[in-house]
This record gives sequence, C-alpha cells and structure tokens, in this order.
Amino acid sequence: MSRSMLEIIDLCKDFPVRDVFGRRIGEVKAVNHVSFSIARGEVYGLVGESGSGKSTIARMIMGLADPTSGDILLNGENIATRRGGSGSNRKVQMVFQDPGSSLNPRRTVGQSIAVPLDAHSHPRADRGRRIAELLEMVQLPRNFAQRYPHELSGGQKQRVAIARALAVAPELLVLDEPTSALDVSVQAKVIDLVVDLGRRLQLTFLFISHDLSLMRNFAQVVGVLYRGRIIETGATTEIFANPVHDCTRRLLASVPVISAEEEAMRPTIPPVDGEVLT
Amino acid sequence: MSAALLNVQDLSVEFTAYGRTERVLKGVSLDVPAHSHVALVGESGSGKTVVMKAIMGLLRHPPATITGGRILYAGRDLLTMPETERLALRGTAMSMVFQDPMSSLNPVFTIGDQMATVLKYADRRLGRSRGRAARMARVHEVLYHVRMHDPERVTRSYPIMLSGGMRQRVLIAMALLGEPKLLIADEPGTALDVTTQAQILKLLQDLVEARGMALMMITHNLGIVRETSSYVYVMNKGVIVEASPTTKLFAACNSDYTRALIEAVPRLTGDIRFGTQAHP
Repeated sequence: MSRSMLEIIDLCKDFPVRDVFGRRIGEVKAVNHVSFSIARGEVYGLVGESGSGKSTIARMIMGLADPTSGDILLNGENIATRRGGSGSNRKVQMVFQDPGSSLNPRRTVGQSIAVPLDAHSHPRADRGRRIAELLEMVQLPRNFAQRYPHELSGGQKQRVAIARALAVAPELLVLDEPTSALDVSVQAKVIDLVVDLGRRLQLTFLFISHDLSLMRNFAQVVGVLYRGRIIETGATTEIFANPVHDCTRRLLASVPVISAEEEAMRPTIPPVDGEVLT
Repeated sequence: MSAALLNVQDLSVEFTAYGRTERVLKGVSLDVPAHSHVALVGESGSGKTVVMKAIMGLLRHPPATITGGRILYAGRDLLTMPETERLALRGTAMSMVFQDPMSSLNPVFTIGDQMATVLKYADRRLGRSRGRAARMARVHEVLYHVRMHDPERVTRSYPIMLSGGMRQRVLIAMALLGEPKLLIADEPGTALDVTTQAQILKLLQDLVEARGMALMMITHNLGIVRETSSYVYVMNKGVIVEASPTTKLFAACNSDYTRALIEAVPRLTGDIRFGTQAHP
C-alpha cells in the first residue's frame, strides 16, 4: 500500500454541459471512477484515444484541475484537495505535449528554467549554476540559457521543457505525449534521454500517449483508458500479447508497423470506419 | 522515364534570408508513375515539404529560388510554362492535402462555403460552370465519398465544430473536387491519433485506388510508408539518399541514414531498448 509513489483512488471529473442561456443541462464524465497506482521507480503508461480523459487525469495530478471526487495520494499524502495553484507541489512536475506552446516565446531558456526555481525559492545566488547543470543534464550546451525558443528545434525545445520540469528535483514526472510533435528519430533521442535521466535521478514516470509501439518499449505497466474509464490494465508485455477489450485491440490494430513480425502481433479487427462527433 | 505522370529532374532550390543563402534542395530527382503510390520520407528539415511546394508552385520568391532542374507533369515542364497554364493545373490535375487541418481551413466560413469556392475555381479552370445548387450537390457527393454520413450537416458546420479526423476528411474532399490525377498528401495523419490516422490512411488509399489517381505521400513515419506506398524515396538534407521499392527497403537498405531511421522506430515487438543513446 505505502509502496506506491502515486495512488489514484476512484477519481472522477465531470464537466458541465450548458445550454445557450448558461443553464446546466447535464455533464460529461471526462474521468469516471479511475483508480490505479504507480510504484516508485516505475514507468506507468496511460494509453487512450483523444478525448478518453488522459490529459484530464494528468491535469488533476498536477493540480491544474480540481477533481469532482476521488483521491490522489502522493507518498500517502492526499493532494487532491490541496490549494495553491498550478505545479505547487515540488515532487510532481510535468512535460507538456507541444514544446512550441509550453515555452514562453518572450523568455530565454534560462529565464524559463528559472521560473520553477524561483517559485520554490531556490537561492538566487545559485540560480546560474543550477541552470547550467540542468542544461547539461538534458545534453544542451550551456550557452543555450541565453537563447529564445524560436531559435531551437523541436527536439531541443522539448529538452528545455524537460530541464524545466527537473529544476526542482521532482520525484514523479508526468509526460503528456512528450514526443508526439517530434520526428521518429528525434523522438528516439528524447526518450533515450528520459530513460537515462530516470535511472540517474531515480524518477517515477506517468507516461501518457496514444502510441502503443512507443509504450511497449518504454512503460512497464499500461492502463488503457476509454471514455473516462480504465478498461484494461496490466504488465505491458501481457496487454500486448493478449488484448482483451475491443478498444485496446483497435488501438493495436491501428499502429503502422514496419515488419511482418509486428504485423502478426496486431489483432485483425478493422479500424472502425465512420465519423465521430465532437 | 517519360511514362511517369510526374517527373522531377535534378531540382535545386535555394532560400535567401538575412543576406545568407542556403541550398535546401541539392538536385532532387524522383518519379511518380500514373496510378502509383510513392512515398517521400525524411526528418523535419530534410526538404520534403519544399519538394512538394515546388511541385505545387507554392514556393514564395523571395525567399525561395528554384536554381535548377525541371518538374515535368505529363511530359510538360511546370517551371517554364506560362503562369496561367500552371494555375489551371492546380486543383484539377494535381491537388494536395495539407498536414494540419485546423490551420488550413478558414475558421469564419462554413465548410460548405469553403468547398463551394474551391469547386467554383476548379470548374472555372476546367472551363465549365454550374449553379449554386449543382455545386452544393457535388460538394455533398464528394463529402459522401470521404465517408461523411451526413454531408448536409457537415456543410453547415464551421471547422471548429468538427473533430480532427472529420476536418482531415474535409481537406481530402476538397482536394478531390477537381478530380485530379495526382494527389500529394503532406503528413496527413500526423495531427491525429493512431486510430483516426489509420482510418484516414485507409480512406486515402481506397479513394486513390477507386479513382485511378497517383498518390505521393510525404511523411516521417516509416510504418505509414510500409502500409501505403509501393515505392520510397528517402531524403536527408536536401538529397535523395535512397530510392527503392518499399519491400526491398525494409529487407535490405543501402544507406546508413535509412538504416538509422528504421532503427529509430519503436516496435510492437518491443525490440528497441531505450536509454542506450545509439540513435541517428
């Protein structure tokens, strides 16, 4: 029980649906009684189609959204009801999907990394040294501290975002599709970096993605999310060998693969064909 | 090879900005035969989008200058023909599907308005005209072909009211309005999640097959290449580093760059171990 780094218990998030006059006429259950736990040092993968509630869960863990009900325990302490705004918990930090929009274009890389340092009252005198150290960790040259995001490539920007997330020495890193905006080869390098850092700094990861092949190579445990519910969970190898739920099978069947062995691993249900309403 | 529908020969493009000139394409040659499925693969920055823009005549000058080469469509050089003739081919002989459906649709007009406008110009280029009602009928028909089951509702919608997959279908429908022979798709599934991407790719292939079009797919995802194309050009830093039938490419590739690209793809079999730092 207390072995878990993060424990999500019966978490729900409803978004109100309103009519044109602003009257509440119902709700969307974006996250519907979700429970899972992540052991220290583990990489937990959360998979699902867009709209399945992956990012909403991440936002609740980060304190960027309030749960409708349920508990989020971090090292046994309930953080679901905390106050204090975004990212206020030093132990949990997040890397967002699109590095182009998660870095402030008017701040230099150094200034961006300094934000969490200041927020958690890191001594000012030590700031420059810490920024240089963080840049080195993500394998960027030290002088990048003076650069602006527009001068960097997508992969470099995402490294900066990782450095920023690591600035206050978190224990749990939430990665929300950190490589979906990147090329395959750049993705491989960024994931490499994340894995190495994870080992070195003994990090625990919540990894959110719809890319099952990436999941297979990175996460030890996978939870499949569908319409706000976890419909399947287990060791990654198990889920891939034996997908039970239709949604998991569909996700697997949709992965574009590059070899015949992989093709054989894909379930043979055709992808659903038809329009989906927003 | 003169039988090709599209034949790019030794194409070179330079970009000039802030007094600096950069050679972006360094003699690119490729063929797209009629009815074929060809892929152009490369990382971002390799120049694949520049190739496509040069073919479609969408490169802005300045900063871009085509410094050499020919682009033959059905044997005629697009680069030397009069601008009016070239315009007449766009949308009617060759069309393209853009990468990001949200930024290529106008947010303040309905899908119906936007598609009707595209059709009006396509008609004009083909020297024919039809009334508004006939235009809408044709728009509905094409939307139905991209498997939108309620075209009337879609045409009344604004882009923001549609999901990513539906927007991508609208873009494909738009590209089909002028009944082109060649469809160029620039990363058509990148902005979508895997299940929707699979649907869109399947749809593209079905349409291309049914209409006898040629498809040129631009992507960085080798999995997509394997599933959609029979011939591949691999591009790196403005040069084609490998040209090969798809099956051969995955069995035995010649260039180190291609091998590195293939090795960077995460496998369903879990063969890639991250954390080794041994990627291209």
